[in-house]
Amino acid sequence: MTVLHILQAGPATTLQDRGRHGFLRFGVTPAGPMDWFSHQLANRLLENPPDAAVIEIGPTGLICTAPAGPLRLAVVAPGFSVERGKDRLPGRVALTLQKGQRLIIRPGPAGGMWAYLALPGGVDAPPVMGSRATHLRSGLGPGPVQTGDTLQAVDPGRAAQEGQPDQGLILPPLPPGPDALRYVPGPQDDLFGPDSHAALQAGPYAVSPRSDRMAYRLTGPPLPALAGHDIVSDGIAMGAIQVPGDGQPFVLMADRQPTGGYPKIGTVIRADLPILAQLRPGVPFRFIPVTIDAAVAALQATQDRLAHFAPHLRRLRFAAG
Amino acid sequence: MTGFPRFRDAGEAALVVEFGTVIDDRLAEQVLALDLALLAAPLQGLLESVPTYRSLMLHYDPLVLPRASLIGHIGQLLSQGAPVATTGRLWCLPACYDPQFADDIGHVARTTGLAADRVIALHAGATYRIVMYGFAPGWAYLSGLPPALTLPRRATPREMIPAGALIIAGGQAIVAAGPMPSGWHIIGRTAARLFMPGQDPAFPLSPGDRLQFDPVDAGAFAALQQRAAAGEVLMRRVPGRQGA
Repeated sequence: MTVLHILQAGPATTLQDRGRHGFLRFGVTPAGPMDWFSHQLANRLLENPPDAAVIEIGPTGLICTAPAGPLRLAVVAPGFSVERGKDRLPGRVALTLQKGQRLIIRPGPAGGMWAYLALPGGVDAPPVMGSRATHLRSGLGPGPVQTGDTLQAVDPGRAAQEGQPDQGLILPPLPPGPDALRYVPGPQDDLFGPDSHAALQAGPYAVSPRSDRMAYRLTGPPLPALAGHDIVSDGIAMGAIQVPGDGQPFVLMADRQPTGGYPKIGTVIRADLPILAQLRPGVPFRFIPVTIDAAVAALQATQDRLAHFAPHLRRLRFAAG
Repeated sequence: MTGFPRFRDAGEAALVVEFGTVIDDRLAEQVLALDLALLAAPLQGLLESVPTYRSLMLHYDPLVLPRASLIGHIGQLLSQGAPVATTGRLWCLPACYDPQFADDIGHVARTTGLAADRVIALHAGATYRIVMYGFAPGWAYLSGLPPALTLPRRATPREMIPAGALIIAGGQAIVAAGPMPSGWHIIGRTAARLFMPGQDPAFPLSPGDRLQFDPVDAGAFAALQQRAAAGEVLMRRVPGRQGA
């Protein structure tokens, strides 16, 4: 049996596959990971299918064991501290957890919000409408991962093999840097005047502590619209920078509603959504407008990074005992 | 009208085809016509479409379907003369307008200057089209509400609206699928469930479908509620009357 026992899980820890897609037109929130890059990387480190369900660990971390014997798993926890017994592990790692060992993932000084833990073949759970993504607000999906839970891998046949090394992944940083998020203006950029566009680009903004999987509220310069903040509802994409009546923008994230009635001055590009998702409250950043072509090129570069991570793997060695 | 339909970007992976900026049943018909045309001949890389009263959001994979190709394809569909969305199925939903399910009927009657019976007759006598789902899973937003039933939302939203509530505000009508807070006026209830998570399809009614309400008394309604709770599908397809 390949099982993972949760000794301690903070709030906002859930199972997530790539999302419950195909039901936006029926008002269903897709959910899925906050940081799609780390989610995909966790699955790739275990050679899982891309849509395998992964534990998305909230900001306070997770402690777990493998009570039934050695368990192969992958952790992608940028900015977190990851320890297995006395071993300090890098934030992106494929490892074997022996019976009796504890894996401890906790907030680190570098700061990250969401960590991902993958099991061989994915975490087993009954799909709801074709997906193992959890949306707590509507009650769709497997639900939260809580202290005391025991989780099963889909593919017990790929349990830990003798002599399989622990491997850490060190990825080189990508431009433009963590203090700048790129966005494509629209779909309602024309409802904002030059002052609001300038304020958005000057910043600085920071994620407010009043944020969750649905939306990241931002603190920073307000963005008044020219003729009010009510529009007839239209669709909402993940990353939409939406501005309600008080002018304080918020960015719609994985648990967003499919439609809404506030104007959206821009949309954070997909390549930079993981950076935004991992920003701790209070860390300053600014927005940079880019073209669709630049956004697509950045997405391609990020996909290439996912596809070609292998050369960046390093075998980890630890002192015995 | 000038400048419509127009294309607005919601990032590099979603495109909004905007037919207008107001609520107008004629715009909704154009939205649904394009939506149905795209559903009829799926385009590789087009992932999901989300109709609203005035626009169609298209989620796409820009690494498979470049924006220019998507816009070219839509331009072609629109230039073929937008097909009228007549393919929607027609459904009949049992509904009860008994005072116990119509908390706001008095307020609606006073505000519109109509007798309560007249409010019910107007609401129950209309044929609606599902323009969009929004707010929460299975909340169906309808076009076709008689204009005499136009009134603003409640000053204070209700904490909870029961599943199946028939609600109106701002000239729009909704069938509420599940309990949620809302500032709309409750004037009746249907026993039919528009969202059945355990069943296939989970959503029996699609955007573009048309629907009518079949009024029943409180006694018959109680029996229908029990059948709905047991998982029975209570909406009835009206045969041979597709479209307008």
